[in-house]
Amino acid sequence: MERYEKAFLAACAVILVIFLGALAYGSVAMGVHLPSRGGLIYCGVGQKLRKVLSKTPPFDHPGVQEIAPGKYRAVVIAKTWTFAPNEIDLPVGAEVSFVATSVDVIHGFFIVGTRVNVMLVPGEISQFDYRFTKPGEYLLICQEYCGELHQTMSGKVVVK
Amino acid sequence: MSTAIVSEPSGFALPQDQLNVIKWNIYFGFAVLAVGVIMGLGQALSYARVNVFPYYPVVKSYYQALTIHGVFNALVLTTAFANGFIALTTARGFGRKLNNALLHAAFWTLFAGSILAAYAMFADKASVLYTFYPPLEADWTFYLGLALVVVSTWITSAAQLVALRGWRKDHPGERVPLLAFMSIATYVMWDIASVGLAVEVVVFLLPWSLGLLPGVDPMLDRTLFWFTGHPIVYFWLLPVYVSWYGLIPKQAGGVLFSDTVTRVAFILFILLIPVGFHHQFMDPGVSQGLKFTVAAMTFAIFFPSLITAFSVMYALEIGGRRRGGKGLIGWFFKIPWSDPSVAAQVLAMIAFLLGGISGLMNGSYTMNMEIHNTAFISGHFHQTIGCAVALSYMGIAYWLIPYLERRELWSARLALFQAFLYFFAVMIFSNGLEAGGLEGMPRRTDMVHATYGLAAWKIPGIMTAFGGTLMFVSAMLFFFIVVMTIVAGKKASQRDLPFTATVQAPPTVGWQPRLDRLSYWVAASVVLTIAVYGPFILEHFPPSLTTQGLLYP
Repeated sequence: MERYEKAFLAACAVILVIFLGALAYGSVAMGVHLPSRGGLIYCGVGQKLRKVLSKTPPFDHPGVQEIAPGKYRAVVIAKTWTFAPNEIDLPVGAEVSFVATSVDVIHGFFIVGTRVNVMLVPGEISQFDYRFTKPGEYLLICQEYCGELHQTMSGKVVVK
Repeated sequence: MSTAIVSEPSGFALPQDQLNVIKWNIYFGFAVLAVGVIMGLGQALSYARVNVFPYYPVVKSYYQALTIHGVFNALVLTTAFANGFIALTTARGFGRKLNNALLHAAFWTLFAGSILAAYAMFADKASVLYTFYPPLEADWTFYLGLALVVVSTWITSAAQLVALRGWRKDHPGERVPLLAFMSIATYVMWDIASVGLAVEVVVFLLPWSLGLLPGVDPMLDRTLFWFTGHPIVYFWLLPVYVSWYGLIPKQAGGVLFSDTVTRVAFILFILLIPVGFHHQFMDPGVSQGLKFTVAAMTFAIFFPSLITAFSVMYALEIGGRRRGGKGLIGWFFKIPWSDPSVAAQVLAMIAFLLGGISGLMNGSYTMNMEIHNTAFISGHFHQTIGCAVALSYMGIAYWLIPYLERRELWSARLALFQAFLYFFAVMIFSNGLEAGGLEGMPRRTDMVHATYGLAAWKIPGIMTAFGGTLMFVSAMLFFFIVVMTIVAGKKASQRDLPFTATVQAPPTVGWQPRLDRLSYWVAASVVLTIAVYGPFILEHFPPSLTTQGLLYP
């Protein structure tokens, strides 16, 4: 191979390694995490996921709970084509852990203007931590196509 | 000194029966594209909250139209074009015809599959989009149709491998001609990559839709889908790379520099198949460690595209300088911009630079959270498949159709205008989608009937609608030029493919001949796939098929 060719290929490799290093730094040192495994909801053959969920904590009580001073848990269930609850109220600066799932098809949970953006898969628990530092009303939408009235599936997060 | 990239450089003409089946594939692909583009116009306008679907015959909903748009443009067109065009480049590369029965079988399988899927979609029994995530459920004809589309690619691949074996027998000790190597590597990559989709559809979704299975495992099916769903973009891209590496240098008056680097780029696409998890960064049920591993591999797969940027740009530079271009960038203006085939594909390359950058953003692990499932994603893939690939198809068509029909291109000037219009239209369109996406504007959502919306989405939405309308106009011009070339183009004599030569010949000694042993790379790819996907698949084995479907409408 020619000298310039080798130099170009080496430069490409270095650039990509630097990019990846920046991502690793953001994730490890700055603590920006992707959603991870939140657990499974076991549903036997012939059982209705909706019924199973109504007996499975924390999904037996959807809504916002203060689990420690300044720390909250928001439990949300998505179904075609609503979120339960569809309004989540939180104080400014609160650390909130969203715990969510779907009872029917695949939905999305996206709070516009934040990085709270997770998929909700039936039988899987999605978990995501976030801290709202600015007060205001945030738009919550389902960002995955889920059937006829997908475009109506929304809610809000009110931070006061 | 330069070396040919085909086996019979002095000339080889395919028999007419083989040219015919290639022609059917190309024309069928473009016919399907025309329908997909008409659907696309309605989608683009919906971002400006303009609803034209009530005026469309048959179409009942935005999502039905979106499904047709995605399946026709991204699955059927791409398969038809690849089956036809790559059969041609393989045959020309070897200087021998492929097995005609296999090529016919591939075409009719594709045709039957497309008709079945089209029936399901037009009868409104499959508004599940082209990702068809279960438990959204479609009619069984939709799944069977898609399975047949995939089978048609395997038959094409078999025709290539038969030709490869025959050629090797006749040419012992010789390197596989580069044009044939690139063509075969494209399909070998896809043979491995398509297994995920095939298993999802044939083992799970088709029996499920026929009532033979009690339910689905949505997480497993989604993962199988994305196992194929990422490398499918290589299957869209690599036929275009065959043109960029193998043909465009000649058309631009240059030559390709390195045979070896080109082969390595294609082999890297075979090696780095299992990166589909980067479409699942926001999924539950996939560990963060796996997500980061795949993010790293995604950066690695960017490498062969950077190689391409270097190799193809250098080939163009050689052409530009031979034509009198001077200075650091003067050569760029001297490449034959008046040739619509060259202009379209060079513009497509520029679009691919932007598409590559936006794709790297999508793949960037944490950055993905800001844009996942927003219109940014649609902006990205209209720069890649919607422009880099589609505009290259158009550019290729501007010599391919005259070649197949033995006619001159009808109005090269209009074709040139069409290519530039399409490029600028996509730039406006994708900029609208990306700007909206950064403000959280969702993708694949019927914005006309949405019960929410932000003021920040308004201008991007209008840009999207405006750019999309121009794309539609340009695409219609393209179809007009194609039809006019077929019926009214000036008769011309038989010509050859515009294949290039390389400056550096492929060595026949040392380590490099081993690059041609695709079985080595396939084995390595399979090992890597098992390492990445094995643990996940084991966890879902046996799959718990308890999730019930939702039929819509």
